[in-house]
Amino acid sequence: MLPRLRHFLHERFVRWALRVPTPEPTPITLVQRRVYVLPTRVGLAFAVALITIFLGAVNYNLSLGHALVFWLAGLGIVTILHTFRNLVQLTLRPGRCPPVFAGDLASFDLLLENTRRDARINMQLSFSGEPPVEIDLPAHTTNTATLTLPATQRGWLALPRVTVETTWPLGLIRAWSYIAPDMRCLVYPAPARNAPPLPWNSEAFQGASNVGQGADDFAGLRHHQPADPPRHVAWKAAARQDDGKLQTKLFSGQSAQELWLDWDAAPSALTTEQRIACLTRWLLDADTAGMHWGLRLPSVRLAPAQGAAHRAAGLQALALYALPAASRAHGTP
Amino acid sequence: MPPDYKRWRYTHYPPHHVLMARLDRPVSRRQSQWLLLAAVTAFAPLATHMPVWLTLCVGVAFVWRAWLIQRGGRLPPRWLLVSLVVAGSLGVFFEYRSLFGRTPGIALLLIFLSLKLMELRAPRDAVVTVLLCYFLILGQFLFTQTLLTALMTCLAVVITTAALLAANNDRPTIKQQFEHAGRLLLQALPFMLLLFILFPRVNGPLWGLPEDRRTALSGLTDAMAPGTIAQLSQSDAIAFRVAFTGAAPAQSSLYWRGLVMPDFDGRTWRVSQTREAYTTPPYAEESRRSKPIDYELTLEPHGKRWLFALEFPTTLPTESGLTRDYQLLSRQPVRSRMRYTQRAVPDIRKGLTDPPEVLQESLALPKNSNPRTRAIAISWRQRHGDNDAAIVQAAEDFFSRQLLRYTLNPPLTGSDSVDEFLFDNKRGFCEHFASAFAFALRAAGVPARVVAGYQGGEINPVDGFLVVRQYDAHAWTEVWLAKQGWVRVDPTAIAAPRRIDSSLATAIPADETLPFLARNEMAWLKAIRYQIDAVTNGWNQWVLGYDPQRQRDLLTRLGLDADWRNMTALLAVLCGTTLLLLTGWVLRQRERIDPVRRAWRRFTAKLAKRGIVWQPWEGPDTLAARAASQLPLHATKIHAIARSYARLRYAAHPPSAGLVELNQYIRDLSL
Repeated sequence: MLPRLRHFLHERFVRWALRVPTPEPTPITLVQRRVYVLPTRVGLAFAVALITIFLGAVNYNLSLGHALVFWLAGLGIVTILHTFRNLVQLTLRPGRCPPVFAGDLASFDLLLENTRRDARINMQLSFSGEPPVEIDLPAHTTNTATLTLPATQRGWLALPRVTVETTWPLGLIRAWSYIAPDMRCLVYPAPARNAPPLPWNSEAFQGASNVGQGADDFAGLRHHQPADPPRHVAWKAAARQDDGKLQTKLFSGQSAQELWLDWDAAPSALTTEQRIACLTRWLLDADTAGMHWGLRLPSVRLAPAQGAAHRAAGLQALALYALPAASRAHGTP
Repeated sequence: MPPDYKRWRYTHYPPHHVLMARLDRPVSRRQSQWLLLAAVTAFAPLATHMPVWLTLCVGVAFVWRAWLIQRGGRLPPRWLLVSLVVAGSLGVFFEYRSLFGRTPGIALLLIFLSLKLMELRAPRDAVVTVLLCYFLILGQFLFTQTLLTALMTCLAVVITTAALLAANNDRPTIKQQFEHAGRLLLQALPFMLLLFILFPRVNGPLWGLPEDRRTALSGLTDAMAPGTIAQLSQSDAIAFRVAFTGAAPAQSSLYWRGLVMPDFDGRTWRVSQTREAYTTPPYAEESRRSKPIDYELTLEPHGKRWLFALEFPTTLPTESGLTRDYQLLSRQPVRSRMRYTQRAVPDIRKGLTDPPEVLQESLALPKNSNPRTRAIAISWRQRHGDNDAAIVQAAEDFFSRQLLRYTLNPPLTGSDSVDEFLFDNKRGFCEHFASAFAFALRAAGVPARVVAGYQGGEINPVDGFLVVRQYDAHAWTEVWLAKQGWVRVDPTAIAAPRRIDSSLATAIPADETLPFLARNEMAWLKAIRYQIDAVTNGWNQWVLGYDPQRQRDLLTRLGLDADWRNMTALLAVLCGTTLLLLTGWVLRQRERIDPVRRAWRRFTAKLAKRGIVWQPWEGPDTLAARAASQLPLHATKIHAIARSYARLRYAAHPPSAGLVELNQYIRDLSL
């Protein structure tokens, strides 16, 4: 009962403490009123020690004992200020957050900017209850803190509330703040482990006339496009021509391996998620094999192509397929 | 002016600078070194006050620990540490027959500290070590609180605080760590001063002090035999210091009355074993004829109950009383420096109404001793009849005729010490004079007694305090005369008037040795001693002696009502103000961003008003291109700003007037 009450109160406090419009506009600067300060356990132990020293000083009429305890009390007061200062006016902004597959660790880069002439030491960033990431910020630097979180489901994984805290310099006082920057990690579906083979033998498989021919048979030239791989540039032809226009060599194998990954090509017995996992596996296999592939989902159609961007687009389409509208609202990066 | 904003350029650190925090992070080697250093500093001043075996054991533990740090060896197992703690505690118990109280407590803390160093495993252990060190620093004050101790303590506090800093972040160098600790403690100093002055003080002890201070303290004793006071003349330890409210009285009237000794056994005078009888002086203040003298006396601890006062106090210090022979006694032995204000009236009449047993006591003599003195005393009585005053005068005349010599080295006397002094060797120190005079008067039937105390003193020209040292110890006599009561007669003044008018050094023969400070030579060295003594006195008066009374006095002098509520309120206000000032000073630095960046911020803020938000990844040209396309009217100015900014920020040699130019451009841009 008590832990639950504590949790409830803590959540209420955090909600009150994080009274910022959501999603929080970035960069986030930790201004005075959102940095909180309380003594740590060490701080409480320090206070108890001071009280004991004080009683001893009074009992034995030790004037220097009074001086000692007052000095240490002053140190306690001053350290509140320094701990607070270590955190306040820190600027955070979201950094890279590369997509991951479900089941992997999503990593969120947060850029911490210290505009001050003094270093900020032992800044700790953590999700509630998780072990923190510790980071130092020398004077006038920007440093990256990488927070990791297991990605369990495909779709968008939002960065949960992050606690930024520090107990530097003496560990007696903890200054902390909460941030909730608008930061999402795209989680691709986990590829199926035992997927059916690539759908070669259906209508998804086009341009069948060249089946069986070598993948590298020269099939002609066309105008070069920026996305064409450099090793396919017809350098000899370029050298012969005066106007310097580049030509791209076409190989018969490419058209032969143009493959449609079709929602309906997957075994009909599969559930939606299994079907997505299966398509993901196919997509990855086709991509690894260097094929030109296209993706046909009930709501999305990607024309056959090749390359990292195409692969990312395909995976994103699969990641976001049939998710509730809310979680797709931020779909377009 | 060379542009110096280049040093503001931002550096991007690669992510491998990010350290994963481990909450169970062990105490690092450097942290152990810091903690060991703090422990050694806290222990060093205590070493001489602890039993030898304990000092040795703790020393060995420290060396062992240092060796472990050096070699990176494994820490001893827990069972060993537990058994060592038990063994050490038993040792302390057998040494002191107790585990509580001052010295055993410190001994136990030392054992805990030395063994805690052996189990530095988690950050918590480091914190415990630091707190133990702070405790031991306090423990040191139980033994000594001099100015030098205070300075040493400052160093110990800085080191211990640096160790606590290192426990939190061990990356800085030793010098940085010291500087940081020093800075923090310096900022804590105003709070210390405010709290020290204004925190409502309470007079200790809060609970019974479990043991006495057993150290031997020099000073007068409650018995006076020949040689007792001469022995004190070899000590220049300070007995007490006096601050007079007005001008200091003449040297010859400075009789600091201490012990009254009416009991004589033929050789030794002793105080009477009566309890204090009066809580206010029994003599009337109306009878005074001379001006009262106000002063404040700071008595060094002597471990006995008697107090010293200029003749004759009309007020009594708190917690004290007068015996029936007007000896000032404190309720408790004086174990720490004690301060009391007094008003003295020199010529007051006292003892007119003394009970008969007091006078009887002052006539008692051991039988059959000193026959020659008795005989001559009886002759005085026969000659002068009932006139006691004439008998006293006769005695003084006799002492004067005998040509007695005042010396620090009188010959040893046998059983008839008074006879030998007066008739045979005729040499003696003040106790011989006082003893002989009192004996003679008693033999003549005049009540007389010996009084021991201090006579004179020396004004320290630096702070104006009168310093009375042990070599100022003196003994004189008091005789009781009808209608006059007790009257002081100093027989030493008959033989050596300069002892009373001037100082001991002028009164004794030149070949006799005196402590350095009593001699009248080496003026420059003496001047230095005066300085040192004035500093020590200031320290004693204002730091060590800052008690509730002094606190009240100070606040009253500042025009404040010395009520604890007022003090707390004032304290809170002043501490709050200090904190605010400090906050302002500490946070002020956040505004110090470089001027180029500030100019750029002004520019982006202007653009933002028109809906063009600068994205951090945009370079100046990219932003300018985007802004210019949206605000074609201002395209020229926007591009000029971007170019100027880029030059300032990235050019190898930025134009010196560039910043002025940039600011001008931005000012001119009115969107």
